[in-house]
Amino acid sequence: MTRTWAGRIGFYTLIAVLLAFFTIPLLWLAAAPFTSDPSYEVRMPDFTFENFQTIIEHPYALWSLVNSLILAIGTALLVVVLSALAAYALSRVRIPGRDALLYALLLLSSIITGTAAMVPLFQLAIELNLIDSHTGLILIMTGGLLPAAIFMIKDFMDATPKSYEESARVFGASPLQIVRHVVTPVVRPGLATIAVWTIANVWGNFLMPFLLLSDVEKQPAAVIMYTLYTEGGQANLKVLSTFGLLYSVPVVLMYLFVSKKYGFRFHGGIKR
Amino acid sequence: MAQVTSPPEPAEVVSPAPARRYSSDAAGLGRLRAGAFVAPALALIAVFLVFPALWVIYLGLTNYRLTGVAAAEPQFVGLDNFVKALTDPEFWDSTWLTFQFVLGSAVIGQVVLGFTLAWMLKDRRGTLKSVVEGLVILAWILPSAVVSFLWVALLDRDAGTLNALLGIPGFAWLLDYPMLSIIIFNTWRGTAFSMMLYGAALGNVPPSHLESARLAGASGWQQLRDVVFPHIRGHILTNLLLISLWTFNDFSPFLLTAGGPDGKSEVLAVHVYKVALQNGDLGYGAAISTVILLINLVVAVFYLRLLRSKK
Amino acid sequence: MVLRKRSVVAVLAASALGLAGCGQSSGGGGGDAIELTISQNAIAGGKNAAAADHIANWVIPKFEEAQKAKGKDVTVKFVPSGVDDEQYKTKLSLDLKSGKGADVIDIDGIWAGEFAEAGYIKPLGELVGPEAESWDGWQQIPEAVQGLATFEGKKYALPVGTDGRVLYFNKTLFTKAGLPADWQPKSWQEILDAAAKLKSSGVPVPIQINAGTAMGEATTMQGVLPLLAGAGGEVQKDGKWTGASQAMKDTLGLYQKIYGGGLGDPKLQQEAKGRDKAFQQFAEGKIGILLEGDYFWRGVVNPKDGVAKMDDRDQVVGYAKIPAIEPGKGIRGQDFVSMSGGALRTVNPATKHPKEAFELLAFTLSPEALKEETKDGNVRITPRTDVNKEILAGEPLLTYISEEVLPLTAYRPPVAVYPQVSVALQEATAAVAGGTPADQAAADYQKKLEGLVGGAGNIAA
Repeated sequence: MTRTWAGRIGFYTLIAVLLAFFTIPLLWLAAAPFTSDPSYEVRMPDFTFENFQTIIEHPYALWSLVNSLILAIGTALLVVVLSALAAYALSRVRIPGRDALLYALLLLSSIITGTAAMVPLFQLAIELNLIDSHTGLILIMTGGLLPAAIFMIKDFMDATPKSYEESARVFGASPLQIVRHVVTPVVRPGLATIAVWTIANVWGNFLMPFLLLSDVEKQPAAVIMYTLYTEGGQANLKVLSTFGLLYSVPVVLMYLFVSKKYGFRFHGGIKR
Repeated sequence: MAQVTSPPEPAEVVSPAPARRYSSDAAGLGRLRAGAFVAPALALIAVFLVFPALWVIYLGLTNYRLTGVAAAEPQFVGLDNFVKALTDPEFWDSTWLTFQFVLGSAVIGQVVLGFTLAWMLKDRRGTLKSVVEGLVILAWILPSAVVSFLWVALLDRDAGTLNALLGIPGFAWLLDYPMLSIIIFNTWRGTAFSMMLYGAALGNVPPSHLESARLAGASGWQQLRDVVFPHIRGHILTNLLLISLWTFNDFSPFLLTAGGPDGKSEVLAVHVYKVALQNGDLGYGAAISTVILLINLVVAVFYLRLLRSKK
Repeated sequence: MVLRKRSVVAVLAASALGLAGCGQSSGGGGGDAIELTISQNAIAGGKNAAAADHIANWVIPKFEEAQKAKGKDVTVKFVPSGVDDEQYKTKLSLDLKSGKGADVIDIDGIWAGEFAEAGYIKPLGELVGPEAESWDGWQQIPEAVQGLATFEGKKYALPVGTDGRVLYFNKTLFTKAGLPADWQPKSWQEILDAAAKLKSSGVPVPIQINAGTAMGEATTMQGVLPLLAGAGGEVQKDGKWTGASQAMKDTLGLYQKIYGGGLGDPKLQQEAKGRDKAFQQFAEGKIGILLEGDYFWRGVVNPKDGVAKMDDRDQVVGYAKIPAIEPGKGIRGQDFVSMSGGALRTVNPATKHPKEAFELLAFTLSPEALKEETKDGNVRITPRTDVNKEILAGEPLLTYISEEVLPLTAYRPPVAVYPQVSVALQEATAAVAGGTPADQAAADYQKKLEGLVGGAGNIAA
């Protein structure tokens, strides 16, 4: 009995500390947008909505959030579908040199996300006529994210039991049907993880959209965020904090949506 | 419920993953259809990843610059850039700082904290779980541009929340402890991924196995070691590989300290940013990226050895 | 369950497609109409918003109208940007390298050399024709400002404006410390004396001169270079770079006296957001003296829309010329010095319509356009003397800079390696602010410089 009590106290203390660790930095984002004259100090706001008014009237701010959504959802769909198919096949069929290939691709993916890759990617986009297009950007970002996604999802595929696939096969299901109706439900938490991971990656990406899109009306919020500075590079904290808050809302909603529908609900989905 | 009476042999309770690994093709995919499944992903990767990545490696062998004469007519300089990097003390300083950064924030911070959170919340439902998970994930999905303001507001010398809470105004975290600051920052930032991955992985550990271990009187630690760990070893390997790789290439400390003061937090990704984007020295920047790739290769092999050998 | 999951995917896909549909903007095509694009690092609702609005709402309609009157069907599109200068430069370079980018583009004056060397910009005479050389605006632009747009004797662009640097001070704090409200130091010693007085009267940060790498070019332009000029040195003169010369040692020595002697806050200089904070602190009356450009007056402490507003700016903020180390010891034997920069506007060599693009370019720098651009509190120093005379009349600081400071000022060398030299200078100040002796920091700088500019042979003895 005492052990459980001690355990509980320990549990809640640890949870409280962790909650504080993750919450305190966020306070600024909760306070500053509602303050008429925000600084880096977290103060009790005077609950003005003037800053929101400014953002609503901003010519590009709200539309940029829509662009971010297009890019994030488009990339996430592509990454989840393609990585699931590839990971399933790689998990079930033995291809010589498979692991080495995956590691090599994973390592190369790190180079692509770095600053040094901007020139090749830019010139590639020009050659393929993918410049200034959301589709092009989605394809480029998908290419960079796929190896890690395949890597992650393959673990989940490896861990699923084969017996259901076998029985489905006995009933005459095609491989594609098996993946959709048998395998996917089992690896759903993994797919949800990949989807959220992809969205977060795309949502914060500044350099690639900035370089590859020239029409400001196609730019995502990450780029518009960077324009809210003065000519001398000073941050306009009023609009930055407010836009920062609005910029964060859709991605949080998307997470909630994905996690409610797909994720983290029960153990594996199938009783073993 | 025979297991209640017979203490479980961990090795048997655990579903033998290695035995399954290369089991026959259950869905009857066949090589050809498997190829069709892999093809779209591989095609995208080939065009948008492998090709530009090789191009970067090639650029590392030239003196290419963003502007100036070397932009118009870049020249092949062989291994000059690599020699320059390897003989530059700034490069070695950056490398050493990057190791601290990866070890501190990824391997220790994110993995430990992420697993702890996943483990603690494993059997929970309801508000507490949603709130904790939501906040941790919020730290991860908020865009870097927003997050940098949050942390400046937290760690500021004069008006920072942390100093106000601790009652030590004027304490310059970002200047006096820049590495500690960015390590804690990146732990905060990245824990969610590990938490989610381990959460999903723990979800795949059959509850019956844990149940039987518990009934057999295994302590929490024993359950972890004998039941959970063998089950999620693959996930641990993946997790370590990915977050180390990402942390190696993470540029966000720049937003907090700009690599300063005096380069004391200039990790390699920030170094590359300064070289390639601020100085426009793209050839040299590409060469350093290639070196980072090689370091990552060594790290990956190390992890593989570490986790594969423990059968 | 499966069904539900499918419907979700379908909804997601449908919404993505629907949104994608909305996001596409249709590219309008016209018969033999001429389409021009003009780009600046400015964006409505963000960085340089006033400039962006001016182009979109005034320049474009007026220009199209004027062309129509001449019987030409010209449509102009504005391509806004509004990011960090380094990022803007990166994108612009990539565009120009690939033959893309707007027809009329803005660049920082200091990029002229490296852009020209890379072939990203071309001499206007070659690209446009003789009308660029004989543009009537040239007569109104002072020689020094024309120099900004000149590389190896050829004009590559039209100058868009210029600026100057002065010492700002807080008159309230000065009065409290027993210093005159019309302060004008004549030597560095007088600056240090004033700072010491401010310190003893309880001012937290008596003087702040930008140092360190975190502030980037601000350290060089609002720190090292004006001081170096005051010590009689130039970063590059007649093709030779200044190494660990006496002037450099004096410059770094002043940093040492300020930050080693507790007159400035060395930590503020190292913080990533240190410049923002310095502005904030000046506005709050915590900093006595600050070396800054006219942007500080226009954009930072501007009571209307500054980032660190001071409602009583006109009463409280004083300004003074930057003195030489001792009278007559500055560059060209001057008593006072300053540094200036400025933007350039030019025609993209890849344009299909160089003549019309130049007309648009020249139109943005016509007296009418400049007057329109600078009205309603957006005053800045334009390149044209005729315009400046009119628009600066109600602006005491800008008049002061235009009349008293610009005749004394100096410009940075427009060569490709300058940005790297600038970083080396920033590192030298960081070292001194961190406690390294000035002579040592100067020697380290020289060593670094040798590596950058191709050996000791390119450094003045």
